Amino acid sequence: MVEEEGFRRYVAHIILWIGIAIVAFPVYLAFVASTQDNAVIANGQMSLLPGGHFFQTYYQTIFVGTSGSTREPVGNMMLNSLIMALLIALGKIAISIISAYAIVYFRFPFRMPIFWIIFITLMLPVEVRIYPTYKIVADLHMLDSYAGLSLPLIASATATLLFRQFFMTVPDELLEASRIDGAGPFRFFWDTLLPLSRTNMAALFVILFILGWNQYLWPLLITTRDDMQTIQIGIRKMITTTDALTEWPIVMATAMLAMLPPVFVVIAMQKLFVRGLVETEK
Amino acid sequence: MANVTLRSVRKTYPGGFEAIKGVDVDVGDGQFCVLVGPSGCGKSTLLRMVAGLETVTGGEIDIGGRVVNQVEPADRDIAMVFQNYALYPHMSVYNNMAYGLRNRGMAEAEIKTRVEEAARVLELAPMLERKPRQLSGGQRQRVAMGRAIVRQPKVFLFDEPLSNLDAKLRIAMRVEIRKLQRRLNTTSIYVTHDQLEAMTLADILVVMNGGQVEQVGNPLAIYEKPATTFVASFIGAPPMNLMSTRPDEIKSQLGSAGEAGILGIRPEDFVITDQTPAGGVALSLIVEAIERVGAETFVYGSRQQEEQRVAATPGELPPGEVIVRIPGTEAPGIGQTIRVAAVRAKLHLFSGDGRKRIEA
Amino acid sequence: MQKQAIFQSKLLPYALVAPQLAIVLIFFYWPALQAVIQSFLLQDAFGLSTSFVWFENYLDLFKERAYFEAIVRTFFFSFAIAVSSLSFALLLAVMADKPLRGSTLYRTLLIWPYAVAPPVVGVLWIFMLHPSLGVLSRYLRNMGIDWNPLLDGNQAASLIILAAAWKQISYNFLFFLAGLQSIPRSVLEAAAIDGARPMRRFWTVTFPLLSPTIFFLLVVNIVYAFFDTFGIIDTMTRGGPGKSTETLVYKVYTDGLLGGNLGSSAAQSVILMIMVIVLTGIQFRFVERKVTY
Repeated sequence: MVEEEGFRRYVAHIILWIGIAIVAFPVYLAFVASTQDNAVIANGQMSLLPGGHFFQTYYQTIFVGTSGSTREPVGNMMLNSLIMALLIALGKIAISIISAYAIVYFRFPFRMPIFWIIFITLMLPVEVRIYPTYKIVADLHMLDSYAGLSLPLIASATATLLFRQFFMTVPDELLEASRIDGAGPFRFFWDTLLPLSRTNMAALFVILFILGWNQYLWPLLITTRDDMQTIQIGIRKMITTTDALTEWPIVMATAMLAMLPPVFVVIAMQKLFVRGLVETEK
Repeated sequence: MANVTLRSVRKTYPGGFEAIKGVDVDVGDGQFCVLVGPSGCGKSTLLRMVAGLETVTGGEIDIGGRVVNQVEPADRDIAMVFQNYALYPHMSVYNNMAYGLRNRGMAEAEIKTRVEEAARVLELAPMLERKPRQLSGGQRQRVAMGRAIVRQPKVFLFDEPLSNLDAKLRIAMRVEIRKLQRRLNTTSIYVTHDQLEAMTLADILVVMNGGQVEQVGNPLAIYEKPATTFVASFIGAPPMNLMSTRPDEIKSQLGSAGEAGILGIRPEDFVITDQTPAGGVALSLIVEAIERVGAETFVYGSRQQEEQRVAATPGELPPGEVIVRIPGTEAPGIGQTIRVAAVRAKLHLFSGDGRKRIEA
Repeated sequence: MQKQAIFQSKLLPYALVAPQLAIVLIFFYWPALQAVIQSFLLQDAFGLSTSFVWFENYLDLFKERAYFEAIVRTFFFSFAIAVSSLSFALLLAVMADKPLRGSTLYRTLLIWPYAVAPPVVGVLWIFMLHPSLGVLSRYLRNMGIDWNPLLDGNQAASLIILAAAWKQISYNFLFFLAGLQSIPRSVLEAAAIDGARPMRRFWTVTFPLLSPTIFFLLVVNIVYAFFDTFGIIDTMTRGGPGKSTETLVYKVYTDGLLGGNLGSSAAQSVILMIMVIVLTGIQFRFVERKVTY
């Protein structure tokens, strides 16, 4: 690395702090708003420093909900989001790892066609097939259910590709040693391949959890009951009424709560997150 | 305890490539058999066929009186040490060794006894709880050995187990393996491309080339009477000097044996002398290079008489070049002309294509 | 590429792929096929009868001025979002790549917005720039700008672009940083010794070596702008005012849901599908390039 003298380094520090300020400012503002009185905000007189309504606002948000547009407690929405995100993340990992196992470690008729069938789903994101998928989920009576929320999003070519790629790097001798040690396909998978895939699974889980938690269009379509809505849908419904009625502190508290789990995951599991992000884009 | 017999074993890949072209080998109970040959000669494939990792497309593999062609690797009662060790990276040393036993439903108490015994023998006892990545290369190698011995199998299979170690450790481990095998008295098949390893380890040496067996036998017998020019130049370092018998200089000295076609003389069988031993062969060489390695010195000389190449074999010298090994560090100067000679008993004669040894 | 060491089993592999295959066929292929079929059908206003109309839905679409505008708008948004977000992220990444004290802290503080959901992004930005109560709107009005993105289409569009670019900064930053760190230090040192000053070093060495990352991110950002902006648009402007922030995906949604025009919505889906296939194709070309680079 080419060392640089002081002046350039100061410039770099300053630019980075400006970047951080730009990135953080909207969130800071949301936090400030969530601690202030609605009337002050509605006047356009909001202060840039936190107010004294923190506990009151968050209590109402989590356990009661807004008094107007949607009366659902945000705590319940978070629970729905959590269940959906976990189902999507774990479901994707589970079905992808076993299909990748079949594709890499077995030879069977239609192996490659099946691989391609899975692969092509990369080109069919939910946005391009929303109504027909909606209709199928409706026909299967899965509207307003966790199955309906998660199943259509659960297939993942990305995860299958990732595991396939990882399995290809596992030395053949490990399987041969296992065979000599008397392990069949199930034992090898459970005792050797799965433990070896732990880091990959964790990295993938971090990414898939965030993507699952942040789902928007699909839950928007298939949840009609208030008690089934996710936090992302709830937040939209809160600002659906005319501006005058929007309870901004609660909206902003909800926004903070909606950000909390995925942002926490990114910061707490930064290494896995970066790895997952880079690997799923390969 | 078992003997291993291969009867005209063949391996043809679906693409038509013939990796093993009919091999017959008989390894007696408790013997140490080494398969040696250059890379691509099929030695590893043959070993993997014995292990059951590759299918057999012709002939029979017999372990302890049972034909195992269709038997799963796990049911052949064999254990294998891989070149890259193939340790389970996520399991502790203890579990690496215990895994195969657990899969066979052995009681934990018995597993513990066996693993601890193996750890004691291999001096792995202090590191049983470590993961493979926390071990040195030599320690990993010993874990791989331990995994094989706890099983108490009928046959040990070794696939170049020492090639990932540095030279010094390789020699130490070579001795260890031999001692261990003697003590356990388990039939073993060992693959290597290193002829020195092969010579030092083997009870029976199998020299392979191009999917075929060139020669089978006691290592010293093979060294003393190589059956082909391939074996002659592969076993022994530096390799045997091979030269055509056609030039008059050689033909006249060999007499009727000159019909053989190829004459081989090991570097260590030459002496620098002005005499020509009766029935022996003497050559004049111009000294081109000298290598002193302490106990011995190698003299690289070229024969004044140019001649064509003899046989395409590994370690082949440029045409007309001859290596002479002399003890000590006394050596002629470069550019000097010397006369070297070998006695009749040390001459090896082969047919013109190098495929047949001719006893003179 | 194939594994040499494998297991033999007739039925097991099918059992292992069955769950994924079932989900893929039921929730991906069947709906996609339905979309294609639907796009050739015309339903009357009451949904009582359907007739097969060949490409009429498509032809109607291309005759529709709003659809044409949505295409242009989507591409404009994509381009604007990609360029603004990429250039800002590259600036930050180049700074963070320097041997600075606290560089890991900088990284942490810059990557978390990746985890903010698009609808939340929308809420954050509309609140900040809301015409009557937005904190920043005060300053804009003080500067003499008649700021009202709820009424002014251009202002609404720029708000969407800003918000969407903001969210994508962290992603681009991360990949740029990884790209920069993979440039061998010795190459930069050689350039320095060859007399290239820092700025010149960046444009003549770093930037060309970074070009695979840039191409890759460009495609990813365009795909992002196509699809993931839905949540931002839906919470900020609902495609309005007028149709000034209606992208292709948003139009599929509104035409099918609100307009009830399923045939047209399906035709739009099919066109989107084709666009995705093209974009994915390009992405894979670049990914392959990236690997061989």
